[in-house]
Amino acid sequence: MFIIKNVSVGGKIANIHLIGNKVSKISYDLRENMGVTPTFDGRGGVIMPAFIDMHVHLREPGYEYKEDIKSGLQSAVAGGYSAVCPMPNTNPVCDNQYIVNYIMNKAKECKLARVYPIGCISKGMRGLELAEMASMQKEGVVAVSDDGMPVGSSGLMRKAMEYADGLGLLVISHSEDKELAKGYVNEGANATRAGIEGINRVAEESMIAREILLADALKTRVHLAHVSTANGVDLIRWAKAKGIKVTCETGPNYIVGTDDLILDYNPCAKVNPPLREESDRQAIIAGLVDGTIDCIATDHAPHSMSEKSREFATAPFGISGLESAFSLCYTELVKSGLMTLDRLSELMTGNVAKILNIPCGEIAPNGLADFVIVDTAAEYVIDSSNWFSKGKNTPFNGREVTGNVIATIVDGRVVYKK
Amino acid sequence: MRKHLLGLEGMSRDEINQILDTADIMRTHIDNNEFDNEYAKGSSVVNLFFENSTRTRTSFENASKFVGANVVNISVATSSVTKGESMYDTAMTLQCIKNDIIVMRHSIAGAANYLSKVVDAHIINAGDGQHEHPTQGLLDMLTMRREFGRLDGLTVAIIGDIKYSRVARSNIIGLTTMGATVKLFGIKTLMPQGIEQMGATVCDSIEDAIEGADVVMGLRIQLERMQSGQFPSVREYHREYGITADRLKLAKPNAIVMHPAPVNRGVEIAGDVVDGEKSRIFEQVTNGVAVRMAIIKLMSEAK
Repeated sequence: MFIIKNVSVGGKIANIHLIGNKVSKISYDLRENMGVTPTFDGRGGVIMPAFIDMHVHLREPGYEYKEDIKSGLQSAVAGGYSAVCPMPNTNPVCDNQYIVNYIMNKAKECKLARVYPIGCISKGMRGLELAEMASMQKEGVVAVSDDGMPVGSSGLMRKAMEYADGLGLLVISHSEDKELAKGYVNEGANATRAGIEGINRVAEESMIAREILLADALKTRVHLAHVSTANGVDLIRWAKAKGIKVTCETGPNYIVGTDDLILDYNPCAKVNPPLREESDRQAIIAGLVDGTIDCIATDHAPHSMSEKSREFATAPFGISGLESAFSLCYTELVKSGLMTLDRLSELMTGNVAKILNIPCGEIAPNGLADFVIVDTAAEYVIDSSNWFSKGKNTPFNGREVTGNVIATIVDGRVVYKK
Repeated sequence: MRKHLLGLEGMSRDEINQILDTADIMRTHIDNNEFDNEYAKGSSVVNLFFENSTRTRTSFENASKFVGANVVNISVATSSVTKGESMYDTAMTLQCIKNDIIVMRHSIAGAANYLSKVVDAHIINAGDGQHEHPTQGLLDMLTMRREFGRLDGLTVAIIGDIKYSRVARSNIIGLTTMGATVKLFGIKTLMPQGIEQMGATVCDSIEDAIEGADVVMGLRIQLERMQSGQFPSVREYHREYGITADRLKLAKPNAIVMHPAPVNRGVEIAGDVVDGEKSRIFEQVTNGVAVRMAIIKLMSEAK
């Protein structure tokens, strides 16, 4: 037995009694069992189901200098996450059961956050033939995606959505028409001013439209990764109104950032899809508020600083995000009054678990003890040099934020405390 | 003079006038064949060109010599441009062998900006990708000012490949800062989104742009733009969108024609216009030396 004491549950201070990895009791008698049971003091904190990030890059195998499974999971629990879904664009790519098995074993050894890998849609992520989805699923894959190398062939995408649907596997689309995406930043006034080749928003929107129409025609599900444009949100709103089985995510980068951040050529603001304009940012937030956007995923994309400290065009795309996600979202969405903390919790946990059909923490008797304790009054300045992640690449360093993770509990064990 | 010349963005009228006033004096030296000045004696200038350029590099080289600075030229093979470390390492090396002014051309926007953050030497941006080419903007403004005696109130039409042109950006920024009106025309595949937010007016036709202009500036249309499908043929381009003697009749009677060169005769501009009495294209080249002399002089004095 273990007790998480003095935490706020629904506005009241309570002790959460755990037996093993389950909640046995929520006690408002703060003296009950005190002195006879090990405890963790969460004083000043609000307890919630721990976050689940369905879109991260852990870089292992192959790019351990950017991140490895252990450093990525340390970063995850420091960000309040009990589970993450690593994308398959490792080296070699995760397109077969053996790589899945390697990732699962490595993750188990870490005893930090849970890992639900995402496998490739196509063999070698080459967009030519389907990967062995059923075999990967048996080893633990919960979804398939050719993230970063989107399936250009509409014919293959159709087959992938049908085949995966037969397995109950989710297909995640990194929607990007590579023909229209030959650039480095959002195409618009800021790209023009900076003289940097722009990526037109239609690169993303046209493929969102294709996936939606395929999902409608085939009566299958599809999940759209990192939605970043106003028209993208409108397309998804239309699809949902029609009853098409589409879900989607956006990320802190698009909730908080705009392409103003590229004007001084900071390579840490280079990300794909690119940071858009203020009107897009507002549309993304409106989509989160009205439920068009189902969840928040970080697209945690760690890179080494030697790769990022160079001329803008040659630096890789990506922003490291696990350890700033909650603070950025809390500040932008909850502190600003746009939504409640409960709604943010749905976007960062409950809805993600539903989309992936995986368990999540629950503050109720017999609930799974995967929790995050947050201090909603903490104010601090983001400084990635303090992060567990090897990826210090963020354009949000120096930003003043409110709300911080105090502790993370996975499977009834405190795996992170500030 | 500020420490680096990375672009005309953010420069005030006074800063630009200081350079142009100094360049006028330098131009007098050139016209009087006075090439042994000592304004920058003791300065070491290195021309670090990651992109091929004969004219700009030679212009900087002569400008350095004409103000008494030492100058060396380094051309870096295009193949190593893709590695950021090589630019950084090369620049650090050049600084450590005691070059105090680095003139850099690079194919990537922001490269000069990046370099200025990592080395102590003065940086002169000699063109970074599609971003800025400030010495070109300054020499263009010097040419106009010497012609009309002012920049304030002039109407300048810039015509051609606006999208890929760092010359267009530096001119738009510089000229609007100095109180000139800038009108733009380019075929839509060569017009960047949101350019009007930089203070220029986008015209629907080349005729609209030229009408009433004091200066008609053509920009080079690279043939690779045709090969990548941005327009169908040179023949159609020149006929529909070229700067011709006929179209120039729409400009003010005393209007001049400018072009940063090299010129594609018969593509963006007719050959007889290049050689015609309105052309200041070769005058620009000489003014380029004067502007670069002025900048090296001012930077050396500011050390």
